[in-house]
Amino acid sequence: MHLDATIATFLIQDGLTNGAVYALLGLAIVLVFSVTRVIFIPQGEFVAYGALTLATLDTGNVPGTPKLLLCFGVAAFLLDLWSWRRDLKVDALLRNIALNLGLPLLIYGAVLYLAPLQLPSVVRVLITVSIIAPMGLYVYRIAYRPLADASVLVLLITSVGVHLAMLGLGLIFFGPEGLRAAPLHDGSFTMGPLLVTAQSVLIYLMTILIMIALYFFFEKTLLGKALRATAVNRLGARLVGVRTQLTGVTAFVLAATIAALSGVLMGPITTIYYDTGFLIGLKGFVAAILGGMGSFPVTAIAAIGVGMVESFASFFASNYKEIIVFGLIVPVLIWLSIGAIHHEEE
Amino acid sequence: MSWEDFMKNRFFAGIAAIAVMSLPVFANPALADITIGVTIPTTGPGAALGIPLKNSIELWPKEIAGEKLKVILLDDAGDPSIATTNARRFANDDKVDVMMGSALTPAAIGAAGVAAEVGVPHFAISPVPPPVAKGKWTFVLPQYSSVLAKRMFTRMKQDGVKRVSFIGFADSYGQQWVEELKNTGKEYGLEVVADERYARADTSVSGQVLKAIAAKPDAVFIGASGTGAALPQIGVRERGFTGPVYVVSGAVTFEFLRIAGKAVENTIFSSGPIMVAEDQPDDSPTKAEGLAYLKAYEGKFGPNSRTQFGSHVWDAMVILKKAVPVALQKAKPGTSEFRAALRDAIESSGPYNATHGVFQFTPQDHYGLDQRGAVLLTAKDGKFQLLPEKK
Repeated sequence: MHLDATIATFLIQDGLTNGAVYALLGLAIVLVFSVTRVIFIPQGEFVAYGALTLATLDTGNVPGTPKLLLCFGVAAFLLDLWSWRRDLKVDALLRNIALNLGLPLLIYGAVLYLAPLQLPSVVRVLITVSIIAPMGLYVYRIAYRPLADASVLVLLITSVGVHLAMLGLGLIFFGPEGLRAAPLHDGSFTMGPLLVTAQSVLIYLMTILIMIALYFFFEKTLLGKALRATAVNRLGARLVGVRTQLTGVTAFVLAATIAALSGVLMGPITTIYYDTGFLIGLKGFVAAILGGMGSFPVTAIAAIGVGMVESFASFFASNYKEIIVFGLIVPVLIWLSIGAIHHEEE
Repeated sequence: MSWEDFMKNRFFAGIAAIAVMSLPVFANPALADITIGVTIPTTGPGAALGIPLKNSIELWPKEIAGEKLKVILLDDAGDPSIATTNARRFANDDKVDVMMGSALTPAAIGAAGVAAEVGVPHFAISPVPPPVAKGKWTFVLPQYSSVLAKRMFTRMKQDGVKRVSFIGFADSYGQQWVEELKNTGKEYGLEVVADERYARADTSVSGQVLKAIAAKPDAVFIGASGTGAALPQIGVRERGFTGPVYVVSGAVTFEFLRIAGKAVENTIFSSGPIMVAEDQPDDSPTKAEGLAYLKAYEGKFGPNSRTQFGSHVWDAMVILKKAVPVALQKAKPGTSEFRAALRDAIESSGPYNATHGVFQFTPQDHYGLDQRGAVLLTAKDGKFQLLPEKK
């Protein structure tokens, strides 16, 4: 079977669309890693939650995620109470109640009220993101904050635990079958032999927009600069007054938001299962590794490359597609390990 | 008691916690007479099969021929080693009279191995390959792919299909179907012109679809299950393929129709008869049990909640209801004599008119189903319909 120009353009388009989503996920993984040293494996679950929440909202039903958010909030609240058991201050308690109980309750109530109304798709997307984004906050509070100073290895194992827990919760709240969201915009146009759907254009635009937003966040805002400072040197940032807990939370909320948006973009072009997210996240992770877990631009370009390789591999050797994609890591790791000076984990 | 004091009493708190957790164990009466051990994947990649099975087990009767039923249900997550461990537990600790499971083939093979070793009648809820089905103790509930395939290939021949592009799962399920197509399909004049694979979790099958269509086939054959089969179904239609698409039984679910939407036009599905029990002629041997099952299942879990997978355990109960009274004349449950008598009774008490066909087990054939275990369907307006026979 030979490749002609038409098929090649189809494959390039497909690779670009998937690559754009991988780029977003890769960026979020690099962001979380550089600020908190956490390898954010549960990223994929946030993607799946986002897509499944949107798909459930499309049918006019109340998704399981607001309830899950409520459970997370209660867990975070109890953990906070426990950590303050010897020294309880009223104002801190009130703030805590507002953040850990009030916010999820508010979202839960709003979703309960809004879900049955046939709202335009943009509103459904906003609802989805506002359900998933705070989960980043609670996941950080419950799983990672108590371990903020642990080694990278401990944090990695924690990530695996969080991933497995969220996977199981996804099965409980969404069921075993896949869902597909309605496209945010139904239109499409032809470009030569190519049929370009509005959804794929939306994916490109969204990816570029988020990258620009991230750039301005890191370059122009105080919080963004604090995040960068934490990434460069944790201890140093602390010495000059950066609250590393705050930067950690911010990184997680940002990552959850990006993941929810990726899910929203991905949901209408494919079938998402409660356990699909892991593989999507892993492709973003491949891109992040190709970017050396540090460089945003290299990660983004590598992600597009991963999408392309995946697309062409699925045409030429569909049986070996995943092997080819994940095989990309090996030469890069060898290259990085040649360049790196070995030092023990502190 | 202050908070601090309470925490000093962690010991008591621990005891209270253990007591609460073990309540269900104590609540289980040890009076049950016939013990059935079931291992199915209610989590993991086989959960879409395991959950309807678990639901269907809730519909089982409380007793057979006056003997109380005790059911032990364990989750194996589709993992062969867990399924084997569960089966060992059933055999050694629970001394079960009947074993069932698992719903995924590798795990079912694991359970079959234990059943053969210890001598317990075993129902595989997955179409295990012939070497396993030849085992003395294992009986197979789902249709082996050849039963469904022959029905499908006959129709494809009638439709004038010669060149077929295959798109299916890159696992044993997809492999089984492509082998049917390549080996048995030859007798029906079918030629496989493209063999493309993907994984259920893939987010795109564009490459596979392009290659399948570039081979200029008369028809596309999809060997995938559940909503996972929707991806190539939508893909081939998006790329402008208007020819017939043939989809295997694993994809016959309402979730598939919901996701594939309009893309299911000119598509034919092979299936077990349970999906369209209402449409069957009144003299069909599968109608009575089919309607009874659907009434019970959809009465409990809501309209259109039926799947093909759940009713396999209902069929197991249809078989046991006839075989257990025969075995009871020879021995008491809980003894190896009873297990042996039950095994013989299952082989000799057929035919069983069940929801998925008519089982007629013999010492040589532990699949038991014939062509009555397969129907062809089309889909319209989000519903499956029985496809009329082509003369």
